[in-house]
Amino acid sequence: MVKAFLKGLFKRFSFNLLNKRNHVKLGLYGPPNGGKSTIANRICQDWLGQEMSTVSHIAHETREINIKEQVSIKNKKGKQLTFSLVDTPGIATKIDYEEFIRKGLTKTEAKKRAKEATKGVIDAIKWLDNMDSVVVVLDATKDPYSQVNITIIGNLQARNIPVLIAANKTDLKKASIETVKAAFPQYPVIGMSAKYGKNVEDFYEQLFKLVK
Amino acid sequence: MVTFQFVPYQDMEELSPAKRVNKLLNIVKEDKIIIMEGRLKKQEEADLIEITMEEISPKFKGIELSVIYPDKSKLEGFQKFKGTMASLLLGDRQGLTIIGPASIVKKIEKNPDKIELFTKDNGSRRKRR
Repeated sequence: MVKAFLKGLFKRFSFNLLNKRNHVKLGLYGPPNGGKSTIANRICQDWLGQEMSTVSHIAHETREINIKEQVSIKNKKGKQLTFSLVDTPGIATKIDYEEFIRKGLTKTEAKKRAKEATKGVIDAIKWLDNMDSVVVVLDATKDPYSQVNITIIGNLQARNIPVLIAANKTDLKKASIETVKAAFPQYPVIGMSAKYGKNVEDFYEQLFKLVK
Repeated sequence: MVTFQFVPYQDMEELSPAKRVNKLLNIVKEDKIIIMEGRLKKQEEADLIEITMEEISPKFKGIELSVIYPDKSKLEGFQKFKGTMASLLLGDRQGLTIIGPASIVKKIEKNPDKIELFTKDNGSRRKRR
């Protein structure tokens, strides 16, 4: 047991050491349809001139971990930050294929999507250990007190991974950055609309503080 | 009819993390709503989600989960000290965890001092705390 523990510790330590040497992994985490892939696309469009992930109004569009290596951003002072951007599937506690049917998918498509989505959630949780910094992407129009949000942030805290909360979709009337801030007062919260590019400059500035 | 099953802390404290998660999931899969004394560790909550995902099928659509526990940030002075002492002494025994099958529980809202549980039949509030 002790041997296994030491082996695991060594593996993790050496893995992290190699990680740091190459580049920082910046993860986008959160519940489904919060806008993780839209933020990933915004970053990649702004700095690489290309999109990274497909987006959809149907939940669980991202069902696999997507990685974009060597993303370099610059701030107003000309300082450069390079990281690997990791777009993860939305974490959920339930997946009902019938909801996909209601959104217009065929039964076969819906079942396939549900199966892939469950695997995506598992992968996203397993990948928590590989992250150096994480942006938790929340839909600012929704209740931030959901247990999934609390579980994600609690697990990041337990792993000492720095967290920035992006309260996304502030272009919508129902959005409330204050509610998100009240739910997670111990973390920096940035309100933004990745879809329309609202407040992205401040978001990039926050990334420099997050990724050290 | 909705069945609630109370799970006292002493039923869980001696179990390994994997056994705790499996015990809870087995109860939920019997279409019962768990009211557990205390809360799981953060890693166990993540494990619960992971194992739930592995078990998802056309019949089992997942879980709804909510944890309520005293918000120490609102306490001041001696109350805060008492809260910290209680946390030290009781650890994960503090609070209440509610887990229900997604086929029965539509959503659990926490606001943050009360819990509202909506069931799927008519979307009505079944429980208020």
